[in-house]
Amino acid sequence: MKTDSPFLELEDSPLVAVWFDGAPLELPDGANLAAALLAAGVGVFRHTPVSAAPRAPFCMMGACFDCLVEIDGVVRQACMMEVVEGLRVSKPHETGGKHEPE
Amino acid sequence: MNRSDLVVIGAGPAGMVAAATAAEKGLSVTLLDEQSRPGGQIYRDVDRAAGKRGDILGPDFKHGTALTRALRESAVEHVTGAVVWAIEDGFRISYTKAGPASQVAADRILLATGALERPMPVPGWTLPGVMTAGAAQILLKQSGVIARRAVIAGSGPLLYLIAAQMVRAGTPPLALVETQSRADLRRAARHAGGALRGWQYLAKGLKLMAEIARARVPRYTGATNIAIEGDGRAEAVSFRSRGRNQRLECETVLLHHGVVPNTQAARSIGVAHRWNATQAAFSPVLDQWGATELEGVYIAGDGAGIGGAEVAEVAGRLAALQIATQAKRLSEAERDRLAAPLFSRKARDMAIRPFLDTAYPPAAEALLPEDATIICRCEEVTAGDVRRYAEMGCLGPNQTKAFGRPGMGPCQGRYCGLTVTAILSEAHGQTPDETGYFRIRPPLKPVTLGELAAIETPVQGAAE
Repeated sequence: MKTDSPFLELEDSPLVAVWFDGAPLELPDGANLAAALLAAGVGVFRHTPVSAAPRAPFCMMGACFDCLVEIDGVVRQACMMEVVEGLRVSKPHETGGKHEPE
Repeated sequence: MNRSDLVVIGAGPAGMVAAATAAEKGLSVTLLDEQSRPGGQIYRDVDRAAGKRGDILGPDFKHGTALTRALRESAVEHVTGAVVWAIEDGFRISYTKAGPASQVAADRILLATGALERPMPVPGWTLPGVMTAGAAQILLKQSGVIARRAVIAGSGPLLYLIAAQMVRAGTPPLALVETQSRADLRRAARHAGGALRGWQYLAKGLKLMAEIARARVPRYTGATNIAIEGDGRAEAVSFRSRGRNQRLECETVLLHHGVVPNTQAARSIGVAHRWNATQAAFSPVLDQWGATELEGVYIAGDGAGIGGAEVAEVAGRLAALQIATQAKRLSEAERDRLAAPLFSRKARDMAIRPFLDTAYPPAAEALLPEDATIICRCEEVTAGDVRRYAEMGCLGPNQTKAFGRPGMGPCQGRYCGLTVTAILSEAHGQTPDETGYFRIRPPLKPVTLGELAAIETPVQGAAE
């Protein structure tokens, strides 16, 4: 999966097993979760509640909330989390409650 | 429950230096920061990164280890991973750390919340694969992760820094697409005096440009009509430069046209802000020490107005000296003796700013985007929507929320606030000060009911 990623990792570090949307990934232990998912080739982190448009990390500093993912039923900013063994990450549950911006 | 003489929010250069200085003067200090290690964004994860990637990131980055060391050796209580979501009178600061919410009380507070990337709404900027140049820097600093096929677009010295760092890492960007023109440089020439006083900055900039040129990274200047194309993710950047249409295929687009003060926390407690036309952003109203008009509230670093890391460090020390004096831990005479060289250094470090701000102005087309461009990323509101609200009689930013929710998503206006103010100002022929800004209310960051329910015992002594 790594060779498909638009991102390159400069160093090798010990990997641990993490799941994203049910798919197993090997990510660097203790790494920034958003960075590790990007480097592993995850291109879409969530779909917007308004138009279901795909989104991925934008600011990497906890300000834009575009990297939202769901972990243990809680929606969190992936860029503010670290990789730990066995983490089960998924796209935030899409409520289907799409609303018109009118 | 803890009560501190001073609570500092943000562990970048201003916050680290202010906290350590105040502690050295005998104040009890709590430093709250969202990240798990000190440094802020400019020195993100510097203690780990300087050793691994110091050659790529450069000596200016490695300087951050001097600040983290001083912080470690101080008596400051540094709470890492603390997301502050409310500041109340008294002062009582509420934050979440790894689950439960906590509170700390303080006699004085210093906001060192730094800067945000200036929003750069261009067509396609919400596509996966589009990030801020600052995000690319954070990926490189903290994670050693770098975009393989990136185009960097916008304006400002940070573009050259990230491009040069990518060159050093052996993964140069595909191209630099710069919006500034020769006319901007000519206009900036009248600030040449300041530029010469800040010659070290210019020398660094020229060195970066030489590194980029040696790597044969193409540079397109005076770029307009920048748009990101792609089906479901960024695939190319199109623009006009020197009278020709260009289209560059890529996987990643890094946008940047300056940084602006992060005013969320300060606005949430009612600190007055004024429009700074040279920096094209709002800055808080402060005295020379960084004191706001609110008793006991101080601001230092880029959140006080953009000055960069070195100015932030000096401003953090100045604010701490004044806070220590107010807390009767330092005489005015001693404060003034310590502050005199700091004021001169700050003036010297700020001298380059008018030149830089004029030579690298924000991209005009991203300040007032075309109608179809999304300006509120969270609620997917377009520039045309906001213009339509204005035609329907919407006067101010807060009112736009009732029309179409801009600024009401999870980012709470961080990446659309300035654009909404700009569009309404243009529509009504008003200044940004007349138009104003979103009203910012707590919680500053989302907090779950579970986190609130798990809150520790309330603070004794905080005003109710």
